[in-house]
Amino acid sequence: MTARTGHGTRLRVNMIACDGRGLCAEVLPELITLDDWGFPIIAEGAVPPELQGQAGEAVRLCPKLALRLER
Amino acid sequence: MNWATTDQHSLGLAQDLPNREPRRPGRPVRGAWATEPGQWRGDTGRGGWASEPDQRHGEPAAGGWASEPDQRRGEPAAGGWASEPDQRRGQPAAGGWATEPDQRHGDQSPGRRAGRPGRRPGPADHGHGRPADRLPRLLPDGFTDEPTGLGQHLAEHGPIPALGGHQRWRDELIAEVELARLAGRGGAGFPTARKLAAVASAGRRAIVVANGTEGEPISAKDKVLLAQAPHLVLDGAVVAAALVGANEAVIVAHPAVSDIVAAAVAERRRARLDRIRLRVVPAADQFVGGEASAVVNWIERGVPKPIATPQRLSVRGLYGRPTLVQNVETLAHLALIARHGADWFRAVGTASEPGSMLVTLAGAVRYPGVYEIAIGTSVADVLGQAGGPSGPLSALLIGGYFGTWVDSAAAATLPFSTEGLRALGAHVGAGLVAALPADACGLVETARVTRYLAGESAGQCGPCVFGLDAVAGQLERLADGRGDDLRLLNRWIGQLRSGRGGCKHPDVTIGMVRSALTVFNAELDLHAQGWCCGTAEAGVIPVPAWSQS
Repeated sequence: MTARTGHGTRLRVNMIACDGRGLCAEVLPELITLDDWGFPIIAEGAVPPELQGQAGEAVRLCPKLALRLER
Repeated sequence: MNWATTDQHSLGLAQDLPNREPRRPGRPVRGAWATEPGQWRGDTGRGGWASEPDQRHGEPAAGGWASEPDQRRGEPAAGGWASEPDQRRGQPAAGGWATEPDQRHGDQSPGRRAGRPGRRPGPADHGHGRPADRLPRLLPDGFTDEPTGLGQHLAEHGPIPALGGHQRWRDELIAEVELARLAGRGGAGFPTARKLAAVASAGRRAIVVANGTEGEPISAKDKVLLAQAPHLVLDGAVVAAALVGANEAVIVAHPAVSDIVAAAVAERRRARLDRIRLRVVPAADQFVGGEASAVVNWIERGVPKPIATPQRLSVRGLYGRPTLVQNVETLAHLALIARHGADWFRAVGTASEPGSMLVTLAGAVRYPGVYEIAIGTSVADVLGQAGGPSGPLSALLIGGYFGTWVDSAAAATLPFSTEGLRALGAHVGAGLVAALPADACGLVETARVTRYLAGESAGQCGPCVFGLDAVAGQLERLADGRGDDLRLLNRWIGQLRSGRGGCKHPDVTIGMVRSALTVFNAELDLHAQGWCCGTAEAGVIPVPAWSQS
């Protein structure tokens, strides 16, 4: 559910709010895959600097406001 | 209160299984709830060894772990589960309770003798309380049909410890709890002192929640504790409230025992005993309803489902207040630490996990029920409390339905402690041990339990709703020989392994399934070829009847 980094930001899904729309996995396939039922699995580890922009985009696009970037 | 429902849902006793010796419905052992509303029978599984040793099988201890399959034949697998308390009645607790023989027989101090009301403390007690190394600590010592009343409670344990309002008093007692290394008894084992300190330092008016939901269908230890020693739990809630600066404690008690707790609260109110407000809320009878945020959600909104909390409950929980959610057994221990101190508490148990704990022993043991053990007692001796296995065993489910399957022979000599069980990847959890007899199929039992757990999802998170259902379905296919697609099962297990839900329900369910696939590995091969080693009827590990198709 979370991707932790030593310094940067991590992605967190509120699974109760998540509806499995899957936009996040389209925008950020590098870090987010979908399980067999269409719900996001977030990769372990950092949100690398080069993906920060996409990660922000995924957060903004989530129709259920279920995805967050946390410091 | 619907007693039929309570019985069915909470204990899952084997209504679905015919061919059992006739028994009154829903008759548990030490303490389970009685058949008629309001009539609590606090029978005691402690008689254990005492009663007619071997009508049923050979030597209790030896026969159990050994492999003489035929001894048990014709004996319902869970004969122990169905055992009638009355068989044991009149065989008072002389035996069975303590592990040390001389503890049992040599000790004739008055407090030891069973169940006389108004019993006096023993000579070494300095007036109050039981000697530190003697069990039980929490439960009444001996036979009783009644909850311990306030007078008797105070006579036995001594007056409620003086509660200081000062910061220094709080700091000292929290330090004492830390020294005692008291850990939460609800399953997660979180250090109680840290939780107390976190809520105490929140800086606003806090609130205490005593969690006696006990949604786990075969666990009974919280219900037995609340029914037999309600005042000890209430003492703990009052002490906790003073420690964290709360003026109210909400006791969430399983519906089977909430009336008893309410009566105890009324008794205290009449005696003007407590400064804080005590309130009793009957718990939601659901598996995940006992999760801390679900309990808060239940009290506040009547919805027994976990909530996603941006902040910890210790910062912002019930009614927005800093909230201390503690299991009721933990609070009972806290009440004793406040009275007797950390050294007293540490007189039993192991160095890293001191104290005693309540365990629910279920499945193929002679006298299933709730017992109090010193942490670190060997697993075989823990089962010995319940008279030992009722036949040869193959595996144990330790910790609860969210626990871990282990090979029974491998576990027998290990200490029953988180540290001791780590070797097998298990943990003490909420103190449940369910014994699987050698002639039952572990895969079939696992499929039933998993189906039950999948049905107990709060239904909020996709991976839990769809994933657990899929895993349960796959296990069912494996169990009844309709498919052998382990690849798919393992793929789903991998996807659901950790952190996929708003609470830990999917994680722990998958953990239990993974342990089953390891322990029942040989069974998997058999099933792939269309065989099954189980000759007994399924249903040894009870789940509520409604959850089965």
